[in-house]
Amino acid sequence: MIEALSMPFMQRALIAGALVAILASYYGVFVVQRGMSFMGDGLAHAAFGGVALALLIGCEHYLVVALPFTVAVALGIHWVQQRTRISGDTAIGIFFATSMALGIIFLSLKRNYTADAFSILFGDILAIRPGDLVLAGMAVVASLGTLPLWGRWAYASFDRELARADRLRVARDDYILAVFLAVTVVIAVKIVGVVLIAALLVIPPATARLLARTFLAMTLISVGLGLVSIVIGMAAAWRFDVPPGPAIILVQSAVFFMTALAPRR
Amino acid sequence: MSAPAVQIESVSVRFGDWLALDGIDFALPAGAFMTIVGPNGAGKTTLLRCILGLTEPTSGRARVFEKPPLDCPAGWIGYVPQVKTLDRSFPAKAVELVATGMLGRWPARLSRAEREAAMEALEHVGMAALADRTIAKLSGGELQRVYLARALARRPRLITLDEPAAGLDVAGEADMYDVLEKYQARTGATIVMITHDWDASHHHSSHVLVMVRHQVAFGPPEEALKEDILGQAFGHGGHRHRF
Repeated sequence: MIEALSMPFMQRALIAGALVAILASYYGVFVVQRGMSFMGDGLAHAAFGGVALALLIGCEHYLVVALPFTVAVALGIHWVQQRTRISGDTAIGIFFATSMALGIIFLSLKRNYTADAFSILFGDILAIRPGDLVLAGMAVVASLGTLPLWGRWAYASFDRELARADRLRVARDDYILAVFLAVTVVIAVKIVGVVLIAALLVIPPATARLLARTFLAMTLISVGLGLVSIVIGMAAAWRFDVPPGPAIILVQSAVFFMTALAPRR
Repeated sequence: MSAPAVQIESVSVRFGDWLALDGIDFALPAGAFMTIVGPNGAGKTTLLRCILGLTEPTSGRARVFEKPPLDCPAGWIGYVPQVKTLDRSFPAKAVELVATGMLGRWPARLSRAEREAAMEALEHVGMAALADRTIAKLSGGELQRVYLARALARRPRLITLDEPAAGLDVAGEADMYDVLEKYQARTGATIVMITHDWDASHHHSSHVLVMVRHQVAFGPPEEALKEDILGQAFGHGGHRHRF
């Protein structure tokens, strides 16, 4: 692994993985605690539609198209949830299927799309470009700017009505959270692909939930687990010559099951 | 005569085809202790939500201290929700839950002053010893007391409670009324409480609202809790009993 780190593409992969791990495991605590794990899948499939559209129109930097597409879907899901009596998972399911259908049609309109589809579905962390790193870095910096919202998001995650009764602008805060979730998911497409993004959002927070006694501890443990699993997963991928994305997810799953099986305090 | 603490003016709430509240109308003076009684599905919680500003009336209006509820500063209104709605999987200590009532956000870390204030509120409800216990490990009655401490921590002018006695044993219920009445005596606060306990309503409240989506009676307990009125509301002879 030390030898591998001398290669620029591996350095980029590790940095990108770490940045995405920070984002996904941080926002994931709200996703998990709100019982919205399906949201990760929904946004991932929205990202699929966005990336497929970028490929169809020949946009070199797919994020330029996929990012607004996914953000629009995230806002759409929240809008439908707040405007109708449809439950969250139903709203996500509608947007999930629509985006996926659009993505398949976009890809089918493009010749020789198989390799592109494979890359979107399963990611390619070793193909990270400097521009991708800059975007992931900007997303982390922007997320630092949202740290004052942590207490508000946490309060609404605990009890939405209680937070509203305390005059928190819960709906507005939810839209901001949805935008950052969408950004995280789009950036993560390159690393683990559409199929496995939800795992990055869900497994570290779920493991942290088993270990933590406070929500702050859950947040910090989740981010720590996300980072550690990226390093171990990539090392394992290098050592055993397997794709890094699935290796990272399997490391996270192993930690979750070990934690779940450990004796409870 | 001072302005009412809570003024409900011909409030109706409709959810689609369902008329949840129909023309509720009363004015509650400041410093009163009002209980709301009625059968399940009578719209009691919907009315409380109108007072909190969480549900917008379809027609009519709710005023708290002469303001739309959401225009009242957050510290003016304390709220004790039904414990059964609580997410016990949330990793939190009792003292943190109390602190949300003072801070209006979830605390990352409590300053010394914040912790002392939260501990004082827990002391009032006899829960200081369990301040650092996680909410997952508290009994229903203990949680109810923590919620009460949370509501009182910011010294509200109006306290709203949704079936706070649920989960409490007889001694716990007596303690709760003791805490509320001492707080009211000390601060002159107004209390609005949903209850299924007519006896408690009779003994502790200055005003009673009997409702079945529409208003059946509003007034002092000796008038509002007459057997014929309870019969109208509950559809039987109106014999007083606890549910």
